[in-house]
Amino acid sequence: MTGSLQEAPGPFFGEFGGRFVPEALMAALDELTDAYDKARIDPAFTGELERLARDYTGRPSIVTEVPRFAAHCGGARVLLKREDLNHTGSHKINNVLGQALLTKRLGKTRVIAETGAGQHGVATATAAALMDLECVIYMGEEDTERQSLNVARMRLLGAEVIPVATGTRTLRDAINEAFRDWVTHVETTNYVFGTAAGPHPFPAMVRDFQRVISVESRAQMLELGGLPDAVLACVGGGSNAIGSFDAFLDDADVRLIGCEAAGDGVETGRHAATLTGGRPGILHGSMSYILQDADGQTQPSHSISAGLDYPGVGPEHTWLSSIGRAEYWPVTDADAMEAFRLLTRTEGILPAIESAHALAGAIRLGRELGPGATLLVTLSGRGDKDVEQAARWFDMLPEGEGDA
Amino acid sequence: MSALTERFDDCRAEGRVPLVGYLPVGYPDVETSIAAMRVLVEAGCDIVEVGPPYSDPVLDGPVIQHAAAVALERGVTVDDAFAAVAAVAEAGAVPVVMSYANLMLQRGWDRFAADLKAAGGAGVITPDLTPDAAPAWVEAARAAEVDTIFLVAPSTTRERMQLTCDASTGFVYATPLMGVTGERAALGDAAQRVVSEARAAGAERVCIGVGVSTGEQASEIAGFADGVIVGTAFVRALGDEGDLERLRAKVTELAEGVRAAR
Repeated sequence: MTGSLQEAPGPFFGEFGGRFVPEALMAALDELTDAYDKARIDPAFTGELERLARDYTGRPSIVTEVPRFAAHCGGARVLLKREDLNHTGSHKINNVLGQALLTKRLGKTRVIAETGAGQHGVATATAAALMDLECVIYMGEEDTERQSLNVARMRLLGAEVIPVATGTRTLRDAINEAFRDWVTHVETTNYVFGTAAGPHPFPAMVRDFQRVISVESRAQMLELGGLPDAVLACVGGGSNAIGSFDAFLDDADVRLIGCEAAGDGVETGRHAATLTGGRPGILHGSMSYILQDADGQTQPSHSISAGLDYPGVGPEHTWLSSIGRAEYWPVTDADAMEAFRLLTRTEGILPAIESAHALAGAIRLGRELGPGATLLVTLSGRGDKDVEQAARWFDMLPEGEGDA
Repeated sequence: MSALTERFDDCRAEGRVPLVGYLPVGYPDVETSIAAMRVLVEAGCDIVEVGPPYSDPVLDGPVIQHAAAVALERGVTVDDAFAAVAAVAEAGAVPVVMSYANLMLQRGWDRFAADLKAAGGAGVITPDLTPDAAPAWVEAARAAEVDTIFLVAPSTTRERMQLTCDASTGFVYATPLMGVTGERAALGDAAQRVVSEARAAGAERVCIGVGVSTGEQASEIAGFADGVIVGTAFVRALGDEGDLERLRAKVTELAEGVRAAR
């Protein structure tokens, strides 16, 4: 293979990606692409983004070695890239600050966003408060119920949260509704897309904004003694994973492993493991893998994790999978929750349930490779939002509290 | 000369523009939806848009979303859409299909075009597929002699207007407002502007869709556009109960509106 795989520009990644949207959005996407192409090489923009990353988000995020957790991973050395320590509690803020700055450059005054677990919605509401933008967040009704804490956070930040009651009442329906809003209000509104999926320029642009994860972690690993044997991250749409992989793409000896949500198990049909159980199709503006029936109707996805509960995946992941550069492993709800429990109890770090899927991947890989292997896991978010759900899973709520 | 352009010419000879009616197949059930499409033809639609319901219809408002969800829940398939196309052709209108891209891609661009042609369909309207995104579809449609009907919007740039009108055959589908399908109280000057911009780009037939729900609006649109497209108002009239008489009354109102233009 010649040439770098890093920072692939889009619109296509191999045969995946592109821009399959109503004509009404084409001008806005062209305008956004244009603004981004100029901004990314404008020191005023990149300087401001770096300043915010340092002084607002708290970057660079640290790398933490977790030996007591690693004892459960076949004795492999395990290090966590701590995106959970970012302001607002996840990697989402990296992308949102970039897109909010772009919104200002476009002269638009209103932002909309979809959210699954609520992390992207919280990050967007945060950036909107910081930059004085009107903010509307679309969230599946089911997700507003399982992530009610984040709904309150968004409202406290001044955002309007609109529960979406159509379809499966999850992330996918929230995206549909956000697109409908955008078509209607495109003149004043910028769509701050939360993941590395959707129509061009989102997959490449979101990847660029999240790339800071691997740029930092690669340098941090070299300082700690060398590149890891593998980088693991959870994949819903895939923004933290693509950001965790990008700077390692040309390091052929570093395995890149995306952990998809297998829900009850891929064989049960109740899962969200798109690259394991899907096939090529068009959803939400790009060509990628999707969970669908024979006619092409999107199939409902299932995962304990609202942030991974999505029947599509970013097109660059599909491409990396198709050329064999990255692997995508299914991780069940049960395995993810066991990893959640382990990290919490052995290291005192409460991960987001999303991120726990990557931890479960590390347990599996560590046991395969044994001592001597070094695994870098992106801890994409913290689990404060998941406390109630986890307590219910482990049956830790006080007697009677559920009836109150 | 396609079946579509022929029908436009026939209407023109009658001194009017065609009324185009949309209904999703399978709502409230397959049989009733096909009967409803026959009602469209009997009550004055010249062209019928058959919509295979799709799970993620990002360009549709609540009424059509609901209809699609009901139809899918009851097991409608893309095959049913081709059966509906055949029924519309038999009833004497020109059938076209309005389909989201993934349903076409999964059947295969070539097979979708060929199946439509075999069923007697004249063209496909693609709400989430623009000509630059779909060279393979355009090629398949040309090979099967099926018209490719693309959308233009108030936000369409001059360059894209040219590209889209060049790639459209049969007619150009102009949306007068920014937004999803649904009824609107006023359509405004934007409708006239989009039509004249499309004509300036060489489009011979420009129909207005999205927002038209009354005979009065149809009459107004027919005064400057080459065709009037009505969807949501018909779906609403049909309703969950499949009320064919209420639908007939609504179609009659719109058909009279089109004929009262000028």
